Amino acid sequence: MQEMLRIEDLWVSVGNVQILKGVNLSMNYGEVLVLFGPNGAGKTSLIMTLMGFPKYRVEQGRIYFKEQDITGKDVYERAKLGIGVSFQRPPTVRGVTLRKLVEVISDDKVSKEKFLEYSEKLNLSGHLDRNLNDGFSGGEMKRSELLQLMVQRPDLVLIDEPESGVDIENIALVGESINKLLGKDRVKEPKRGAIIITHTGYILDYVNGDRGCIFLGGNVVCQGNPKDILSEIKKNGYRGCLVCQE
Amino acid sequence: MPGISKTYLSDIRARAETAKEKKAALGPDIDILLYSQHIERGRIESLESLEQQAKEAALMTGIDIKEEARSGSYMQVDHSVVYERINTAYEGQLEIMSTSDALIKYDWLENYYWRIVPVDQDKYTAQAELKMTHGYFIRVFPHQKPEYPVQACLLVAENYVSQNVHNMIIVEEGAELQVITGCTLSKSDAEGIHIGVSEFFVKKGGKLSFTMIHNWADNFHVRPRTAVIVEEDGMFVSNYVLLKPVKSIQAFPAAYLKGARASAKFNTVVYGRKDSYIDLGSKIIFEAENTRGEAIARTIAADESVIYSRGDLIAKTKDYCLAHLDCRGILFSKKGKIYAIPQLVSDGSSKAELSHEASIGPIAEEQVEYLMSRGISRDDAVSVITSGFLNLDIPYLPEFLDRNIKEVIQATAKEAL
Repeated sequence: MQEMLRIEDLWVSVGNVQILKGVNLSMNYGEVLVLFGPNGAGKTSLIMTLMGFPKYRVEQGRIYFKEQDITGKDVYERAKLGIGVSFQRPPTVRGVTLRKLVEVISDDKVSKEKFLEYSEKLNLSGHLDRNLNDGFSGGEMKRSELLQLMVQRPDLVLIDEPESGVDIENIALVGESINKLLGKDRVKEPKRGAIIITHTGYILDYVNGDRGCIFLGGNVVCQGNPKDILSEIKKNGYRGCLVCQE
Repeated sequence: MPGISKTYLSDIRARAETAKEKKAALGPDIDILLYSQHIERGRIESLESLEQQAKEAALMTGIDIKEEARSGSYMQVDHSVVYERINTAYEGQLEIMSTSDALIKYDWLENYYWRIVPVDQDKYTAQAELKMTHGYFIRVFPHQKPEYPVQACLLVAENYVSQNVHNMIIVEEGAELQVITGCTLSKSDAEGIHIGVSEFFVKKGGKLSFTMIHNWADNFHVRPRTAVIVEEDGMFVSNYVLLKPVKSIQAFPAAYLKGARASAKFNTVVYGRKDSYIDLGSKIIFEAENTRGEAIARTIAADESVIYSRGDLIAKTKDYCLAHLDCRGILFSKKGKIYAIPQLVSDGSSKAELSHEASIGPIAEEQVEYLMSRGISRDDAVSVITSGFLNLDIPYLPEFLDRNIKEVIQATAKEAL
């Protein structure tokens, strides 16, 4: 399989705080990487840095995506190259409806029928004319993010805690939608790659991860089968990882 | 011809005389004597026969030159009424004429003329009476609901003109009416003043949706004086749009909710450019039970513009009433200024629920980046957010005008960035 993303010795700070400390990671086209780690380990910072948000300052290292060095590219350029993100807590944008945003993202590339079909499947038809994320519940936000990504169609999807704030009933819907977004239900078409951050691991009941990584102290400390990693964390917590590293 | 009584007229004029030099409470004082040219013009057969410049200016204020989706039209250029027409399909449902003609035709107009805007309010109201140059009179008959809006265009084509119009709209009981008014100039360098007195009456169960688009220019002053009375179960909606530069404009329209369950809503959209001085507000006075009101203002100050965004909700009823004021501004320029001045007054109205929110700030970078992460360029992201902020959702606005307004916003937003 061909390499899609390569991160080399990535050091990132936010304000005066060093968050990522020499991350090395690579993934292939269509691969689904699951990131585990306690709060403050740097998981969200990694995907925000990959997306190019200026708040996350790269001090050292390079990021290559589809064989291009994207380290100096801005958010828009990276999105155009095929990276997309599902935020854990997206901002509210009053005055801009979900429908309007999806139309702008689509730029006529996705038919209206298709977009309405996606909305219906995500149970968002009644939210299209509401202000973006204004008063949305946790689950509605996640589904709205997935709808936008379905229309954006990136090659690499960065998903930050898809289960947080989502009730049990809706986790299945979110999980199935992620599978659809990643193309896991399709046989012939190319699959999308993904980096999924999870705290609880609930999402793994619905989405098959190819590889799991444990993030601790701003770096990847362990890699393996995601379900094995999850069961290890459930058994020994992240403290077990620290012991293992020693 | 009966017309309004000479006694009433002379009384009105005497009061106007006393206010000839009275400065307005708000806004810079204008020497109106500078604008003393009197220009009369001939009638036209159709709006399509307007001069090209005038036609283009009218188009940009929402006027449908072909009159296809309009129930009637009124056009005034400088000091002359050049055109008035009711679409044949709507004859018998409404009437349109100049206010000067209506004053001659109807003696009962005495009960409406200068009854809600005081003629001696300031020198501008005084001038509107003493040197009145028409204005439109639109009346929709009881229980009539013309499907399409009436359009009115007040255009100034010459320099040093003071256009002093007195507009009147009467929506009779159970009737409904939409009006689009475009006030504009055919010369972008024109110097002058537009004084527009407007008195609107919405009778029991009536509905009036009033959209006004102002397109002025760098050296032009504007002083509208507007008041509306809404009776029982009546509804008044005002949409006001100002996106082009103006030397100075000051207006504070008021809606008096006199009857039970009457409602009023003001939507004000202002984009301050160059060194425009803009002082605009909306006032709703609650005088009856279960009245409701909402005043929404969206302002953007670019360049060196100064914007006062006012809003007054005044409860005077002892019964329940509900009102909200939402006043938000974005500053695009370090030299621009926005003053947001919301005011809630409960005058012995222990059951009134009045609320407001006001904010001024830049476009949130977080929102721009969010949209950029969806593959939308920075310029387009700012444009989408700005257009959304101004939320120009005005019914019956021609598509090209809606598009043009968005383009103007986008272009200015790019410059500001």
